[in-house]
Amino acid sequence: MKFGVISFPGSCDDVDARQACARVGEAVALWHADHDLAGVDVVVIPGGFSYGDYLRAGAIARFAPIMTEVIEFAREGGYVMGICNGFQVCCEAGLLPGALLTNIERRFVCRQVTLELVNASTPFTAALAPGARLSIPVKHTTGRYYAPPAMLAALHDAGQVVLRYAPGQNPNGSLDDIAGVINERGNVFGLMPHPEHAVDALTGSSDGLALFSSLVAAGAPA
Amino acid sequence: MTAAATAGVQRAIALGLTAGEYELIVARLGREPSEVELAMFSLLWSEHCSYKHSKPLLRTLPTDGPRLVLGPGENAGAVDVGGGLSVAFKVESHNHPSAVEPFQGAATGVGGILRDIFAVGARPIAILDSLRFGEPTSERSRYLLERSVAGIGHYGNSIGVPTVGGELYFEAPYEQNCLINAMCVGLIETSRLIRSAASGAGNLLVLFGAATGRDGIGGASVLASAELGEGDAAKRPSVQIGDPFAEKKLMECSLDLLERGLLVALQDLGAAGLTSAACEMASKGAVGIDIDVARVPLREADMEPFEIMVSESQERMLCVIEPAALDAVVAVCEHWETAVATIGEVTDGGLVRVFDAGRLVGEMPVSALVDDCPVYELDPQPPAQPLYPPPVRAIASEDPGEALLALLRCPNLADRRPLFEQYDSIVQSRTVRRPGQADAAVLALPERDGCIPGIAIAIDGNGRRVAADPYRGTIEAVLECAANLACVGAEPLGLTNCLNFGNPEKPHVAWQLCESVRGLGDACRALSIPVVGGNVSLYNEGADGPIYPTPVVGLVGELPDVSRAGRLGFAAEGDRIALVGDFAPDIRGSELARLGGTELPRALAEIDIAAVAATQRAIRDAVRSGALASAHDIAEGGLATALAECCLAGGLGAEVVLAETVKPLRALFGEAPGGFIVTGGDGELRALAEHIELHIVGSVSGNRLTIVAGEARIELSLELMREAHGSLAALFA
Repeated sequence: MKFGVISFPGSCDDVDARQACARVGEAVALWHADHDLAGVDVVVIPGGFSYGDYLRAGAIARFAPIMTEVIEFAREGGYVMGICNGFQVCCEAGLLPGALLTNIERRFVCRQVTLELVNASTPFTAALAPGARLSIPVKHTTGRYYAPPAMLAALHDAGQVVLRYAPGQNPNGSLDDIAGVINERGNVFGLMPHPEHAVDALTGSSDGLALFSSLVAAGAPA
Repeated sequence: MTAAATAGVQRAIALGLTAGEYELIVARLGREPSEVELAMFSLLWSEHCSYKHSKPLLRTLPTDGPRLVLGPGENAGAVDVGGGLSVAFKVESHNHPSAVEPFQGAATGVGGILRDIFAVGARPIAILDSLRFGEPTSERSRYLLERSVAGIGHYGNSIGVPTVGGELYFEAPYEQNCLINAMCVGLIETSRLIRSAASGAGNLLVLFGAATGRDGIGGASVLASAELGEGDAAKRPSVQIGDPFAEKKLMECSLDLLERGLLVALQDLGAAGLTSAACEMASKGAVGIDIDVARVPLREADMEPFEIMVSESQERMLCVIEPAALDAVVAVCEHWETAVATIGEVTDGGLVRVFDAGRLVGEMPVSALVDDCPVYELDPQPPAQPLYPPPVRAIASEDPGEALLALLRCPNLADRRPLFEQYDSIVQSRTVRRPGQADAAVLALPERDGCIPGIAIAIDGNGRRVAADPYRGTIEAVLECAANLACVGAEPLGLTNCLNFGNPEKPHVAWQLCESVRGLGDACRALSIPVVGGNVSLYNEGADGPIYPTPVVGLVGELPDVSRAGRLGFAAEGDRIALVGDFAPDIRGSELARLGGTELPRALAEIDIAAVAATQRAIRDAVRSGALASAHDIAEGGLATALAECCLAGGLGAEVVLAETVKPLRALFGEAPGGFIVTGGDGELRALAEHIELHIVGSVSGNRLTIVAGEARIELSLELMREAHGSLAALFA
């Protein structure tokens, strides 16, 4: 399976994401200014501060040249994983429902948190058991998940809430402890925690690796 | 004196020079300096750039060692960490800008030290910061803390370099003049290290990065080399504005240019901007440089030539390239969306010449600017009276349990979690020991021979103890930092330092500085650690007097196998607890004495550096062998505090009985270098006892800390201790 990790100017976790993907498959770098996805099976939009995020997190990156291709790729059913800033970009680009707001404490927070898997039947989580608990770090200022009440109820009903912060672990005030959501079609997944920083027990945890290896097991979408 | 000369002297004094220095400049040039020339002299002859009060002292420090690859004088020092790799590192202050505008002052402090590291070609892999403020009861201190921490986080988090460690202290003498020291560590293939010496007449001088504006004009002279006082708010325009996104692109661009072998020399623009960068490059290469300021990309169209030459606008780099490389350099800069301009060239003969659209506006020998600044003899005199008032009494009880809770709660010892959680400590995927997990940060290096080696980094200082005894206090700071490395199993390879002191023209400050540097040198020689570079920040005083003399030391060490890196927290029920080292605690000068409102002692106890070094070696070897379950050095707050910290970090209690003592408070809370708390199996600890003084004092057990010391008894639940230790959160509420 071939993963492509986008680098925008200001991306910080792009190299980490490539290294994580390379543990389970092939990983290549994609450049923001290109109109070329290099034939990848999965697009990873990594963490960081794309274009400095001076307007609003992810608001400028959605207009990057390569995002035209990513949106088209997602429309055709290609796998897209947005991590942290990548999640923000996906929401800004309309690939995922809801929005990410400034943390309730209005500060950056870097913390190892425990997550609970809500939906184990997505291609991103199929290698995990339902209810699995994962230790994965968060690090962000703008990670408070929000969706209007009707949308939120629909997300729960449709199984689109994939990951939740375990009780007492919500670091940012996200509604219903939501840490990660998937689109209706089930091929675009966004999450605030950083699974690419949980791929080796030596640096804290290897619980995030399953989110990458699940895709390999799922295989390229038909 | 002519009217013109009188006006010249007045302009020189306004720029921070003395009348005598102005006369020297006139004599050296054989004429009155032009406006551009005077502006350039005023910066390069400032204390910040010239080290005119500290140079002879710094020369006494040991600067050589078997692993040294880049010593003092370059943008950063570097040591060999094996496998063809080197680690570059440096600590620098941004005290005065942060006292005037804490968010931007601290942010650009981080930006500046990052540039120093990638200026030698290394990729920054870690930031640490050392912060000092007045008592948190003061509104100003809380404001400076909150805003400077936000500034550090804003810059470091946004650029993708982890902040892996640091320190934070609150003491009244820092009320007006806070200290913001930032350290950066970078990784590089040793063969790719680049220097800043310009060479090759006809080679081009290329400026890349942000456009030049009016921010930061006079930062090195007006701000950094003068005491703080009335009217500091008016100095805000002298503080630079940081843009981490611009720096991120600049960093990637610089490293890309180096990777492609396109550069002859590289230098960052920091204090004194283009003036310092160009003159340093010319001086080191023994060449001349021509610059045309009309070719510098500007943010504001109507800037004067002198403003362009002295602007401290951030996120800019200067390089020397061969003319044939220009197209390739421009292409790399365009890829990274970084502006680039050829602004001059390298020349033969040692002149720096400044042009404005071809018109000569300044012409000076490089040596006059860089080498001819007068060096001032210090006039050190120990103070006849205590310099600092006693601290305000904060506790009344003599009960040891109450004392321990008060220590855990006090802002100098409270858990740093509310601080370090505001920094990304894990980006770049190397962080094996994060803040709070061990006494030093540990970063993994690339795998070698089936093993993952690593580096350990720590930064330390203890101004209050240096104030009590500048010589021994500074030795303690070095030993403390080395102890932190020992606890993760690392051997120190090199030291960087930032000497934060008051006005050296005052004899008692000169004495503090001389004694402190003597201690630094003696400690480094005893531990065989070379000083690879550093920074001096003087004039840290306001109307209330000088800051505590505060040498801050940063150490980088190596460990062969990061999977065995030590941890500070107790690991398992039943592990035996040992007190290691020839530990002779003293309550005088301790954190408990401070809380009790006791004034500083006139001297600290004598230190047997060799004995402490031997203990550290034994701890390091034991950690490396995997014999220990935890290791923590005894520092502020003494033995009881260290035990509590081990309990809280591991989430486990302990039962400890100390040898019969007539002075239990001294045994529990006294401070001295050389003591460690370690845990392990009985057999492992007995084996270690064959090499070093070791007393098994108890076991890890339950969820309470119980310590019996003679008549005294402490018994506290983890919950109670955790509540007290969490007090720092209130400062960020």
